[in-house]
Amino acid sequence: MSRSFLGMPAFPRAAAVSTRDPRLRANLAHATHTIRDKRARAVAELDDWAQLRAAGAAVKDRTLRHLDHYLEQLEESVAAAGGHVHWAADADEANRIVTRLVRETGEREVVKVKSMATQEIGLNEALAEAGIRAYETDLAELIVQLGDDLPSHILVPAIHRNRGEIRDIFRREMGKWGRPAPEGLSDSPAELAEAARLHLREKFLTAKVGISGANFMVAETGTLVVVESEGNGRMCLTLPETLISVVGIEKTVPTWQDLEVFLQLLPRSSTAERMNPYTTTWTGTTDGDGPRAFHLVLLDNGRTDTLADTVGRQALRCIRCSACLNVCPVYERAGGHAYGSPYPGPIGAILTPQLRGMAGPLEESLPYASSLCGACYEVCPVAIDIPEVLVHLRERVVEGGPVTRRGARVVLKPAKGHAAERAAMRAAAWTFDHPGVLRGGMRLAARTRRLHPRRLPGPGRAWSDTRALPTVPAESFRDWWRRTRGDAGGSETGGVK
Amino acid sequence: MRVALFVTCINDTLRPGTGRAVVTLLERLGVDVDFPAEQSCCGQPQFNTGYRHATEPLVRRFDRAFRDYDYVVTPSGSCAAMVRDNYPRIAARAAAEGRGRELTEAAARAVPKTYELTEFLVDVLKVTDVGAYYPHTVTYHPTCHGLRVLGLGDRPRRLLERVRGLTLKELPGAEECCGFGGTFAVKNPAVSTAMGADKVRAVTGTGAEAVCTVDNSCLLHIGGMLARQGSPVRPVHLAEILASTEADTAAGGAAGRAAGAEGDAR
Ligand code: SF4
Repeated sequence: MSRSFLGMPAFPRAAAVSTRDPRLRANLAHATHTIRDKRARAVAELDDWAQLRAAGAAVKDRTLRHLDHYLEQLEESVAAAGGHVHWAADADEANRIVTRLVRETGEREVVKVKSMATQEIGLNEALAEAGIRAYETDLAELIVQLGDDLPSHILVPAIHRNRGEIRDIFRREMGKWGRPAPEGLSDSPAELAEAARLHLREKFLTAKVGISGANFMVAETGTLVVVESEGNGRMCLTLPETLISVVGIEKTVPTWQDLEVFLQLLPRSSTAERMNPYTTTWTGTTDGDGPRAFHLVLLDNGRTDTLADTVGRQALRCIRCSACLNVCPVYERAGGHAYGSPYPGPIGAILTPQLRGMAGPLEESLPYASSLCGACYEVCPVAIDIPEVLVHLRERVVEGGPVTRRGARVVLKPAKGHAAERAAMRAAAWTFDHPGVLRGGMRLAARTRRLHPRRLPGPGRAWSDTRALPTVPAESFRDWWRRTRGDAGGSETGGVK
Repeated sequence: MRVALFVTCINDTLRPGTGRAVVTLLERLGVDVDFPAEQSCCGQPQFNTGYRHATEPLVRRFDRAFRDYDYVVTPSGSCAAMVRDNYPRIAARAAAEGRGRELTEAAARAVPKTYELTEFLVDVLKVTDVGAYYPHTVTYHPTCHGLRVLGLGDRPRRLLERVRGLTLKELPGAEECCGFGGTFAVKNPAVSTAMGADKVRAVTGTGAEAVCTVDNSCLLHIGGMLARQGSPVRPVHLAEILASTEADTAAGGAAGRAAGAEGDAR
């Protein structure tokens, strides 16, 4: 069974370990660079990409502003089409609902369509505790599950593995879960895919219950949409008798016409395809076709709280294309596991702390897991200004402030461990606002320049371990200006008098 | 036209040669430059680390220092980006927290007049040939803020291409972040160093004698790594290249001095 994400170490510590893993670095650099180049070419083919992107952002924003209305409309449409809607305030409630629904069918096994929402709530673990086995059917998720591993990428959860590692996992583990890997399995992609196909086919044909997420939910008709490349999801969505879909409330779009925008933005951004190979839509139940029972579990789990934050709410526009991961230089070096959540990379750095509510050291370290280079914002198909939200969340870490928790307005205290930094930042800001003091400090630094150490003690070591320190010049610019030009440039008010 | 130099705190204290180069360059182009001493830091380190409130006095100070000028020119892409992108944000948040219109007005005055050096040269002065001479091979790293926030595009390149004696070497993966990111460099040292190492490998691989940017903060990081590896590649600010002339080279090179003798990483 796959392990849980909770209790992961804080980002810098985890990242320091992963950056030292040469195989991981090589796997990630190769995969992300390949997909990012392909994506750039696919996007460049459309001359209205900028307009599409703006439209995507606008549709999401409008929907989020009136989410209560569209969710009610969705609930009515789903019920009218023969489905059942359940509301889950948090992960526990969602897990309880799904477990009960599976139990009511009398089954002990379910097949799963790749889904971020069920990762987020730890559904597989919850089902296992209730004696129900969940089989992942997405190829990469299967690799992760068989390897008793955690996903490390939104779209390619096993991106951190190479072909040789995958072959070893298949050989070792497949037999314990069902049909074993063929004798003499090699690491050729075709053989690996065939081994997975044979293994999974058994599951598709026997499973009576399927569990999925959804990429979109269309409020006007109560239709759910799954976009995928392999077709395995479609098998789970059509073959079982009961289908349970767990979906975050922010996945709502008002109409089919709105959907049109996202079905153009998503494939090019995620897999660099012009159109994704399998788009499955389902609306309630239909006699003699597909599942006979359909349940939709609408998941909040921190989303309405996130919606209450005027800067941070843009994270809910995310359509999980993973483009931001693939361009992020930090993700490329640190790997997805360092982010301690199924949402790694830049979007994870802003989504996880908001959904979990700055719950601990990991969540507090995530907003700093970025150099603010802006590459993520540039590629995001729904124009989420990730750097803006990162800085906003940093402010929440160091200064606290009002936030919404489970619907109530509360004032968050600053995180522990920032007292020295806060004092230093305030002192620096004060000094910068008093150039007389600043000039004195600069002169002192210049006079003592021969005494400056080559390596710094304490937190400064983080710089000087790998980088030489700049030397302090004999004369600052402002002293040079004063010496050569006099004070013509204006008076120095604001100094300490 | 009243033009003020916003030298920035890093250049003032650690790389004063860059400020002197801007003065030399602009005066050579017939611009009367002033240095209002009331200026200090743009507030970027505080703002990007989460101390937004601490930046408010610095926004006011920027406005006081540069109020009487038509143009503010700065040899720092990230400081120009701080003013243009974040001052309005700081003002809007302050207004939302009920702190009057003073910051809004300060930001509104600061934003349109603040130019990064290459923007000022190309867009305002409309020059690309600044009469520079720099007989070296150089590779150019377009810093993230210059590239993505300011959208400098090919301005630095167009200026470099007109420098006599200079050979420009293409930098592979040029658009990738060098890993500095202000406090990121000390808060996530392992990742920052890994990014820097890849950047330095790319720089060294070009065979260039110098690596040039529009931002000394990135150069402190890249240069610090080059120096620690004992690499002979020099970090040079673009302003220093544009300021040097044949006369300087004959006299030992103003840019060479600026990059080598002072403010250089050990
Ligand atoms: S934040 Fe934007 S780029 Fe990143 S996964 Fe979401 S939609 Fe894609």
